Amino acid sequence: MTTRAFQKIYTKIDNITKATVTLRAEGVGNDELATVGGKLAQVVKIMGQNVTLQVFAGTEGIATNSEVIFHGEPPKLKVSDNLAGRFFNAYGEPLEGGEAVEGEPREIGGPTVNPFKRLQPSELIATGIAGIDLNNTLVTGQKIPFFADPDQPYNAVMANVALRAKADKIILGGMGLTNDDFLYFKSVFENAGALDRIVSFVNTTENPPVERLLVPDMALTAAEYFAVDKGEKVLVLLTDMTLYADALAIVSNRMDQIPSKDSMPGSLYSDLAKIYEKAVQLPNGGSITIIAVTTLSGGDITHAIPDNTGYITEGQFFLRNDSDTGKVIVDPFRSLSRLKQLVIGKKTREDHPQVMNACVRLYADAANAKTKLENGFDLSDYDERTLKFARDYSRKLLAIDVNIEITEMLNTAWELFSKYFTKEEVAIKAELIEKYWKA
Amino acid sequence: MKTTGRVNGIISNIVIVKADGPVGQNEICHVYVGDTKMMAEVIKVVGDDAYVQVFDSTRGLKIGDKVEFEGHMLEATLAPGMLSKNYDGLQNDLEKMNGLFIERGSLTDPIDYESTWEFTPLAKAGDKVAAASWLGEVKEQWINHKIMVPFAMKGNYTVKSVAKAGTYKVTDTIAVVTDAEGVDHNITMVQKWPVKQAIRAYTEKPRPSRIMETGVRAIDTFNPLAEGGTGFIPGPFGAGKTVLQHAISKQAEAEVIIIVACGERANEVVEIFKEFPELVDPRTGHKLMERTIIICNTSNMPVAAREASVYTGMTIGEYYRAMGLKVLVMADSTSRWAQALREMSNRLEELPGQDAFPMDLSAIISNFYARAGLVKLTNGETGSVTFLGTVSPAGGNLKEPVTESTKKAARCFYALSQGRADSKRYPAIDPLDSYSKYLEYPEVREYLDEHIEKDWVDAVYEGKTFVQRGKEANDQINILGDDGVPVEYHERFWKSELLDFVILQQDAFDDIDANCPIERQKMMYKMVLDICHKDFTFTDFEQCSQFFKGLINLFRQMNYAEWQSDKFEQYKQQIEQYVSEKSK
Repeated sequence: MTTRAFQKIYTKIDNITKATVTLRAEGVGNDELATVGGKLAQVVKIMGQNVTLQVFAGTEGIATNSEVIFHGEPPKLKVSDNLAGRFFNAYGEPLEGGEAVEGEPREIGGPTVNPFKRLQPSELIATGIAGIDLNNTLVTGQKIPFFADPDQPYNAVMANVALRAKADKIILGGMGLTNDDFLYFKSVFENAGALDRIVSFVNTTENPPVERLLVPDMALTAAEYFAVDKGEKVLVLLTDMTLYADALAIVSNRMDQIPSKDSMPGSLYSDLAKIYEKAVQLPNGGSITIIAVTTLSGGDITHAIPDNTGYITEGQFFLRNDSDTGKVIVDPFRSLSRLKQLVIGKKTREDHPQVMNACVRLYADAANAKTKLENGFDLSDYDERTLKFARDYSRKLLAIDVNIEITEMLNTAWELFSKYFTKEEVAIKAELIEKYWKA
Repeated sequence: MKTTGRVNGIISNIVIVKADGPVGQNEICHVYVGDTKMMAEVIKVVGDDAYVQVFDSTRGLKIGDKVEFEGHMLEATLAPGMLSKNYDGLQNDLEKMNGLFIERGSLTDPIDYESTWEFTPLAKAGDKVAAASWLGEVKEQWINHKIMVPFAMKGNYTVKSVAKAGTYKVTDTIAVVTDAEGVDHNITMVQKWPVKQAIRAYTEKPRPSRIMETGVRAIDTFNPLAEGGTGFIPGPFGAGKTVLQHAISKQAEAEVIIIVACGERANEVVEIFKEFPELVDPRTGHKLMERTIIICNTSNMPVAAREASVYTGMTIGEYYRAMGLKVLVMADSTSRWAQALREMSNRLEELPGQDAFPMDLSAIISNFYARAGLVKLTNGETGSVTFLGTVSPAGGNLKEPVTESTKKAARCFYALSQGRADSKRYPAIDPLDSYSKYLEYPEVREYLDEHIEKDWVDAVYEGKTFVQRGKEANDQINILGDDGVPVEYHERFWKSELLDFVILQQDAFDDIDANCPIERQKMMYKMVLDICHKDFTFTDFEQCSQFFKGLINLFRQMNYAEWQSDKFEQYKQQIEQYVSEKSK
């Protein structure tokens, strides 16, 4: 950041904590950026003359006589079509060198779309994964996280979803990504020849944690440019929101705020909602769809982070390792897409809702049969058949490495029905049975 | 002279203002960032310093920026033309805002000052009147919107003149009243009222004695909500709070419905925006939107305005109640409001209570719920505000402060259970944990005796006992195994399942089943209860479960069939036949 003539330079810092510095300064605006000893910082509190700055990279090495220069404006991102295909850090600076992107500077974390101007989401996003398309259909303008344990391949699944979804732009917001995962995303996108559709804002584990607080706002500002200005369908991937929330907790702790549940700041709900509610279906045809990852500890969804997330997002996906087939599947029981009703059977074939429910019901019967088996009870003929059905259902449909069209998923489901069950056992509306039953 | 001040401190949306004159607690002020004026409310005063919460983003605000105090508290504007409007938490009309985004400082008029109304006088010169007395009325949609003496006018007045029937603008003087001192006051159709104060323009507040029909069996039959009563729906995410609230807002037997979307998803509000103008209210034949006011502060809108939104909704409700109307106010979700209080209290560095919520949370909640109620107006008519709120307990744990505080204040408790939601038993209202205190009211008992059937309340309790016994039997079966218990245990369990599947569960997405009128509820409930009273002869538990599964299937078809249609009657006969074959 070059010094401009009118900027006043302060060289006397009064207080330094691990994440903040306080000094006396005048004419400073709230939320404004500053450079403190060469590090980027943001105004978080002003009391009379005393200005408190949050230093994103931490205050190591900052001295009481370090230079403080105020920029006179909040964080901005320069937006233009040239963002596509580029990788940026949390400040929106190109990674690995390369020229800075020129464009119109926009404030990040901008205002809310007027709810009255929103459209109801109504377009389906096909991913080829039956656990999503068939059971919990994704819709443009939706916001939905994967609730996953750290050992599950959520980043790989997300990369897959992103590439198969027919989005005009994919925006990756990586928070606390390991360098390995970052390189993985990069190579997957490169190999798929999709780089020109992708914009990435990445904070890796090597970067200071507080920096990641900027990542979602950066990613969503870019998303709003493409969706609002260009009318494009934008898919935003945010991984991992748990690490984002952890960074929020660090900052609120350093600012002496009283923690609420699970040591999280009392404002966690609003902080997360501000991000997720950027998902929108716009009247100009553009849309922002957010797929996020929230890692759980030991599958506990009552922890403040997944709990608050669940109240904000429109459903959630759970991944599970299916021990019978050795495949990773999208769990049909715990996963939920709240917006699927808007498209299934309307944008997809008429039998979709009934087939979906029948599959899940029969799969649940199989789970009961399995419990019976484990408890040493005898299995009935029906139980045996549900178990066989469950294996096929998991292998041919639920497994995340299967990639087929929704109509094909429905056909496969009908094949499985007729292979293992009678029409009565499947219990679908008579007209549909007549039309689709595979004799 | 207005008090003015200068910004002297900024912590997120709390701004400390050095004021040059008197400042009142909860007074409204405007904070200027350049030319943009943002609304704020005083929440604490220390010496010259007023702590104000800004209902907008404070980005770019500087020390020394100008503040103007307005000399009044946060007010709602009350006038004809509010029905079918979509407001934000501060009663700005969202429809009037330009642009896709809500820019900072977007202030729009809550009513259309240019619109005209057909006025009919109700009072005449010489009448003695006081606050809330009806002076005349205009037709708002199909409602007789009363023009009243403003609630803020204290004391007694004599009507000097009332405008003749005719067309007037809301700002035209429609009456002149004279106070005891002989001073004349011009009255228009518009009045303002501070939202955090209850409107007490009534003579008494009797106990609720009537039931508000919602068309939801698990509520109307098992735990009825009284007209002028209060209730709340706590439940973990995914348990169906919003679907249930939407169902009630569509079907409830109210004349005005106010929906406060408080800190929830924007897409859910969009659903109401899209559906309500099209759906028809079966009772009146009018579009649902015509009786609805939406107040919408979604989760990404300014946090401070979230608190204001529930008060704005309640105030508008009380205004329509003073016209002798039946009003239903619903808020989804009051937890978000409590969280907004927590954020503020935290920034003010108050000592926290449980889970960092403010110490007076419980008092704030009960004060708010107390504003609902059935009232007797000064002219002898009655009006009511029924309030139904949802609570989103953290982690689905009902022992958290918001749920516990609300439980003390609300009279009906509709606990949504995760277990029921997981097994797709919707609405997931837990039949054993939930309660309605109104069933204990002798007035309500009498009303039900008269309007449904003699000793109806006893029959309801009986049903609850069947459910309870079924659950106990099921626990035994789970411990001892299917074969380890007598067949009677299975029978007991399946009778409770019958009640569950036929009465408690309801398909909110089916056109017919979604809304079950009380007459139909009575018939279905009596039929099921009759079967529960019968003794059956089953040789083993499999025969028992087979029998009830078949029975449940028949009943469900009946629920899906149109009331008293041929199909409906057919199923009814089939059931009677089916049961008589097996009963002793």
